[in-house]
Amino acid sequence: MAVSSNTVDIAAAMVTQPVQGADWLLVTPLLLTMAGGAVAIMLRKKTAIQPWIAIGVISLVVLSNIGLLAHVLDHGVVTMVMGGWLPPFGIAFTADAMGAFFALSASIVALCAAIYAAGSIEASERRYGFYPFLILLLCGCTGAFLTGDIFNLYVWFEVLLISAVGMIVLGNDKAQIDGGVKYAILNFVATTLFLMATGLLYGLVGTLNMADIIVKVSQLEGQGPIYGIAAIYFLAFAMKAAAFPVNFWLPASYHTPRMVVSAVFGGLLTKVGVYALLRVVLMLMPEPREWLGDIISLVAIATMIAGALGALAQTDIRRMTGYIVISGVGSMIAGLAIANQVAVAGAIFYAVHSFFCITALYLLAGVINRIGGSFSLRELGGLYNKSPLVAAVSLILLLAVAGLPPFSGLWPKVMLVEGALESGRSLLAASILISGILLTIAIGRYWIYAFWRGGPEGTVDGTLVPQSDGTATVASVSLPMTVTVPMAILTGLVIYLGLFPEGVMAISTQGAASLVDPTAYVQSVFGVWP
Amino acid sequence: MEFVIASLVGLLMSASIYLMLSKKLVRVLMGIAILGNSVNLLIFTGGRITRSVPPFIPEGSYLPLEQTANPLPQALVLTAIVISFSFLAYFLVLGYRAYQELGTDDVLEMRVAEPKGDEKPPLGY
Repeated sequence: MAVSSNTVDIAAAMVTQPVQGADWLLVTPLLLTMAGGAVAIMLRKKTAIQPWIAIGVISLVVLSNIGLLAHVLDHGVVTMVMGGWLPPFGIAFTADAMGAFFALSASIVALCAAIYAAGSIEASERRYGFYPFLILLLCGCTGAFLTGDIFNLYVWFEVLLISAVGMIVLGNDKAQIDGGVKYAILNFVATTLFLMATGLLYGLVGTLNMADIIVKVSQLEGQGPIYGIAAIYFLAFAMKAAAFPVNFWLPASYHTPRMVVSAVFGGLLTKVGVYALLRVVLMLMPEPREWLGDIISLVAIATMIAGALGALAQTDIRRMTGYIVISGVGSMIAGLAIANQVAVAGAIFYAVHSFFCITALYLLAGVINRIGGSFSLRELGGLYNKSPLVAAVSLILLLAVAGLPPFSGLWPKVMLVEGALESGRSLLAASILISGILLTIAIGRYWIYAFWRGGPEGTVDGTLVPQSDGTATVASVSLPMTVTVPMAILTGLVIYLGLFPEGVMAISTQGAASLVDPTAYVQSVFGVWP
Repeated sequence: MEFVIASLVGLLMSASIYLMLSKKLVRVLMGIAILGNSVNLLIFTGGRITRSVPPFIPEGSYLPLEQTANPLPQALVLTAIVISFSFLAYFLVLGYRAYQELGTDDVLEMRVAEPKGDEKPPLGY
C-alpha cells in the first residue's frame, strides 16, 4: 500500500523507544498478582495447593519490589506509560522512593499473612476464596502505590475495597456481618467522595495525570475551586485512613474477621489512605494544603489522642489494637500537617514501621488467643509461664508500637517531633509525645495483664496456680511454623529498623524530597519541566 | 446547560445524603445508589457538555474539524458505573443477610460487633 498523505507521525503522540529492561519492574508486581489471583480463583477448590500458589506469587512480588526499589534508588523516579501513548494521554505508572518502598513493605506483609493463613484458614474458607482475595488485595495496594494517574488510583482503591469486603465477611458469623456492613458502606462512601473530587479536578484542570496536575495546579494561582477540591480529597482519604472524626468504622469492624484478615487490613489498608493523603494532598496541591494546614494539624492531634484514649478503654486486645492503629494514623497525618522534609520523611518511616508492627500485633492477638484461649484482658493471664518466647516477642512489638527505644517506632517519632519543632508547631510535637505516653500506659497494661500476672482474674497475682499433684504447671506451648516464620520475619524487621534506621531514613528522606519538591517526578514523566 | 445539570447533581446529592443519614439500612442503600449516580453525572458535566457533533476526522487531518464531545469523562463514567453497580449488588446482598442474621435493619440496633455495656478493662495495675 502506498504511503498516503495522511500517514500519522507516530513520534508526535507515542513513545517510540522500547521500554528499558529494568523499567518493566514497575508493572511486574501487578502482572504477577493479577495472574496469580486469576489462577488462585480457578484453582480455589484445590484447597491444599492454595497457600502454595499465594506464597509463591507473593514471594516473586517481594523479589520484584526489591528490584524496583533498588532501581528507583539508583536512577531516581521511574515512569512507564501504558500503550506507549505519550503522557499525559497514556496512563502513567510512576514509582518514586516512597511508592516503591511502600509497595515492598506491603508485599512483605502479604507474604507473612499468606504463611500465617496456611495454618489458620480452614479448607472451607479457602474454597470461599481467601487466597485469591489476599493476592488481589496486594494487587490493589501495589497498583495504588505505583500509579501516576489519579483516576487509576481510584480504580486501585476499588480493587482493594472489593477484595477487602470479600475478606471481612469470611466466616459469616453475626459480628462479621455487622462489622462488614459498617466497613463496606463507609469505605464505599469515602471512595465515592474521592471519585467526586477527581471529577471536579478534571473539570478544573482537564487532566488526570499526576505530573500534569502538579504543573497545571501550580499555574492556577489560587483559584477558589482547587481549595474545595483539596478539602474533599482530604476528607475522602482521611476517611480511608481512619482519622478522627471519621474513624468509627475501624473499631467497629477490624476486630471481627479472622485475625490474619485483621492483620492484613491493619497493616495495609489504612496506610493506603495515608499514602494517598501524602501523594494527592501534599504533592499535587501544596498551596491548598498550606491553607488546610491548621485543620489537618487539628485532625492529627485529635486522631492521635482519641486513638490512644480508645486503646486505654478496651478490654478486648483486638479492639485495643484497632485503636492503636488509629493513633498511629494520627502520627502520620501529623507529618502531612507539618509538611517539611524531615516530618514527611518521618511520616513515611512511620508508615513502614506501622506496616510491619501493626500486622505483627494482630497476628500476636491470634497467637495469644491460641495459647490463652481468649481475647479479653480480664480472662488472660500467666501467659509468660506458657511461653516466655511469645511474651518477649510481644513486649518488643508493644514497645515498638508505643514508640519506645530501641525498636522501630522510636525514630519516626523523633523525626516527626523534630520537624514539628522546626516549623513551630509545638502543640503537634507535644501531642505526639503525649499520645506516646498514653499508648505506653495502654500497652503496659496489655502486657502486664496478659503475660506478667499469675493467671486470669480471680487467681492470686504473681503466682503459678498450683496443680493438685504439686508438679510445676509450666506447660510449654509449641507453635507451628506457620506462626513462627511470619512472626520472626516481622519482629526481626521491627528490631532491625530500630537498631539500624539509617537505610530506611535515607529512603524516606528521598521519598519525602520528591513529595515536597516534585520536579524530579514531573521530569520523569515528561522528560522536562513543561 | 451545565448549570441545569450541575443543579441536578446538587439535588441528587442532597437527596442521597438525606437518605444516608437515616437509621434504616434500606434507605442508606438507596442513598448510596443515588450518590453513585450523582457523582457519575458530576464527572460527565465536568467534561463539559456540547451539542452533538459526529466525531469524524476528515481525510488529511489529525483532528475533527468541529469540537466534539470529550470522550474521556464518558470512559471514566463507564468505569464508575460498573464499580458502583457491582458494589450496590454486594450491598443489597449484605444488607439482606444482615437483616436475616441480626434481625433488624436499624443500624443503631446493630450492636453485635460492639455490644452495649461491655465489661470495662481491668483498672489499675
